Amino acid sequence: MKQYVIIGNGVAAAGCIEGIRSVDAEGRITVISAEKHPVYCRPLISYYLENKTDLQRMHYRGDSFYQDNHAEVIYGRTVSAIDKDAKQVTLDNGDTLSYDALCCCTGSSPFVPPMQGLETVQNKFNFMTIDDSLALEQAVTPESKVLIIGAGLIGLKCAEGLHSRVKQITVCDLAPRVLSSILDDKCAAMMQKHLEQNGISFILGTSAKEFSGNHVTMQNGTALDFDVLVLAVGVRANTALVKDAGGNVNRGIVVDDACRTSLADIYAAGDCTEYHDISSDTVKVMALMPNAYMQGHTAGVNMAGGEAVFDNAIPMNSIGFFGFHCHTAGAQPEGCEMYEESDENHIKRLFVKDDRLTGFMLLGHMHRTGIYTALIRNKTPLSSVDFDRLRIEPQLSALGSAYRDKVLKGAV
Amino acid sequence: MKRIYVKEEWCLGCHLCEYNCAFANSGMTDMVKALRGKTIYPRIQVEQDENGVTYAVSCRHCKDPICVKSCIAGALSKKDGVIEIDHSKCVGCLTCVLVCPYGAVVEDGSGVAQKCELCMKNTCGSPACVKGCPNGAIVYEDRGDAE
Repeated sequence: MKQYVIIGNGVAAAGCIEGIRSVDAEGRITVISAEKHPVYCRPLISYYLENKTDLQRMHYRGDSFYQDNHAEVIYGRTVSAIDKDAKQVTLDNGDTLSYDALCCCTGSSPFVPPMQGLETVQNKFNFMTIDDSLALEQAVTPESKVLIIGAGLIGLKCAEGLHSRVKQITVCDLAPRVLSSILDDKCAAMMQKHLEQNGISFILGTSAKEFSGNHVTMQNGTALDFDVLVLAVGVRANTALVKDAGGNVNRGIVVDDACRTSLADIYAAGDCTEYHDISSDTVKVMALMPNAYMQGHTAGVNMAGGEAVFDNAIPMNSIGFFGFHCHTAGAQPEGCEMYEESDENHIKRLFVKDDRLTGFMLLGHMHRTGIYTALIRNKTPLSSVDFDRLRIEPQLSALGSAYRDKVLKGAV
Repeated sequence: MKRIYVKEEWCLGCHLCEYNCAFANSGMTDMVKALRGKTIYPRIQVEQDENGVTYAVSCRHCKDPICVKSCIAGALSKKDGVIEIDHSKCVGCLTCVLVCPYGAVVEDGSGVAQKCELCMKNTCGSPACVKGCPNGAIVYEDRGDAE
């Protein structure tokens, strides 16, 4: 009977368990979970603050998930080292576990750049875990003035989550626009306006110079008082275990299409990894939940002796604030052509290069967007489809009758 | 398993399937009261190609459903071949809309996602789009499963 060990208990780990069990019903699976919670939907921690979900509904899988999959979870423990030669891991309490196949699903950790006087701030929080969310819930009152450092996905979702619970929210970022990793200037400006209309204030293009208790001075001279500080500057992949074991690591743990690391029988999946983005043909850390699941599942199948690849990864985000959504996917390579449609309340930008749709940004109107996403993912030559109709409205009818017959007249 | 398939040569482009879908999932017993004067958000979409050929598109209940793998709320699952949404868990992030290659998952008008569940969760008993199609252009039958 094979011994499987999974380090981490997030969605990549859940994918790994399901991947293993799709091949091997017998092997022994042990999951080591630093957090004392069964696998939950991490991006929902802001929805928890909004009362749009609760701790029970945030569970990623049903109550009997581990039992059904015959997986044992060791809660509240971390792994301190991997011994690749002895094929065992050592836990922080000194226990050891042997493995035939190991998957590292260690996720990422908040990155906090050095900021002068940060240690003088009492009420400061990260926003990565359900425990962070529960702590923030306790810390805020209807009179709270909240300062969030970071106008990325995490910082802005935190702002939305806290919005109805506090008096004032200010978000600052060194970047000159919101969501700078996924939106360009025009799209970001529309999203920022919407956020401002909902009462969120911004200080952009500058960073915190100095904290002193509940007071901050920015590099541009702006000064602000706050009661609660949220640090959402960015995250770093947790790569140390694989690195210390001698595996290849850059910004993330290096994995191939089969989610193998450079070390024998050691796999990795999720936010701790870097992997190939086919839309830009570059290797990067894409800390995205759908990709984490797909990597985990791929790793699990391969760990159990099956064959699987995840070879069409792209960055993609569906994110909305106060009822206004945006969908982004792929890349905007240098020299690409842009097709644009826009009015006061929506923007559609499609990026095309070398007969391929390489990426898009859509704001305000999200209907059947996945048809565009599939064009990127499948690298569909645009000369083989009716792109003039497709760019106006995503529709299968522009993809040719042969494709339509395959999809609508048979099982896929 | 049985799925919904279309016979585009019989489709009239009348959009009745969209109305029948919206009614079947409205939870109401009177079609006029359910739909009159309202924008409908059906789980089946009639398309028309450049030659005027029409046909309806709904969830394919794929073998390897990327919507299920991508759901950030654990709200989508596949049970006995049918991909369904647990509406109590959906938070309306619309990631499923972003990833479905067929455009078969759509927003429901209130901000959350919806998709064809073969009328298994409503009182219809079998797909309303199939029952109500006046020209037999939508069928519910077993054509095997994908390789």
